[in-house]
Amino acid sequence: MEKIPILKMGDFLLVTIQVDMHDRLAMALQDDLTRAISKTDARGVLIDISTLEIVDSFIGRMLSNIAAMSRVLDAETVVVGMQPAVAITLVELGLSLPGVRTALNVDAGMELLRASVNANKEMYGSRLH
Amino acid sequence: MAVVSTESVPIKSEPDVVTVRRRVREVSAQLGLSLVDQTKIITAASELARNAIIYGGGGSVQVQTLNGPRVGLRLTFEDHGPGIPDLELALRDGFTTGTGLGLGLGGSKRLVNEFEIVSRPGEGTRITITRWK
Repeated sequence: MEKIPILKMGDFLLVTIQVDMHDRLAMALQDDLTRAISKTDARGVLIDISTLEIVDSFIGRMLSNIAAMSRVLDAETVVVGMQPAVAITLVELGLSLPGVRTALNVDAGMELLRASVNANKEMYGSRLH
Repeated sequence: MAVVSTESVPIKSEPDVVTVRRRVREVSAQLGLSLVDQTKIITAASELARNAIIYGGGGSVQVQTLNGPRVGLRLTFEDHGPGIPDLELALRDGFTTGTGLGLGLGGSKRLVNEFEIVSRPGEGTRITITRWK
């Protein structure tokens, strides 16, 4: 079966969605990411959706679920690169992606992840293992 | 109003949702809809195609291009499922009998210029949406 690759870069996991996702693929990504976070002790997840032509309620729910699950596993999620037409449509559809942090591009997203991980370290000290 | 072309796309299983999206994108681009309008009708089509599978047990969508006087794209989703007993309730945001977000019907309505729904319990549901250029 088709799979969306998850790349590890330092403390972060990177996902670029480059295919028109059918629902089962979206569900698989949600599971794979959750497993990868716990396996790699990742502190952040960056999801690039710049090539996605639409985000409907199913994909929107997947993004919210990933953000919620990674938060429970002590990792931050940032969704980057949403096309303006997708953003307009999403809001009109009635989805505001609750709990999902967004950034305009990969650079800004990485910046956001680093900043929030550093802020957490300062507040709570480094992670216990 | 003149119908320029009509084709039917089956919606039987979940991968067909992607096929419907792809076809609606091609046709709406050919018609010259703006990118935002294309995105809106593709998103609406995605919601309604998924509904047809989950709630209607599958069906089909008729894709029509319209011309004269106005250019537009009309999609008619039809299933022969159990139908929707209370349309007003079904159109309300947040209402779902499934596990979704309950945005499919109401949300799709907001994304198009015209929205018409006919549903008879025990016979099925027909939803027609139109986006004008």
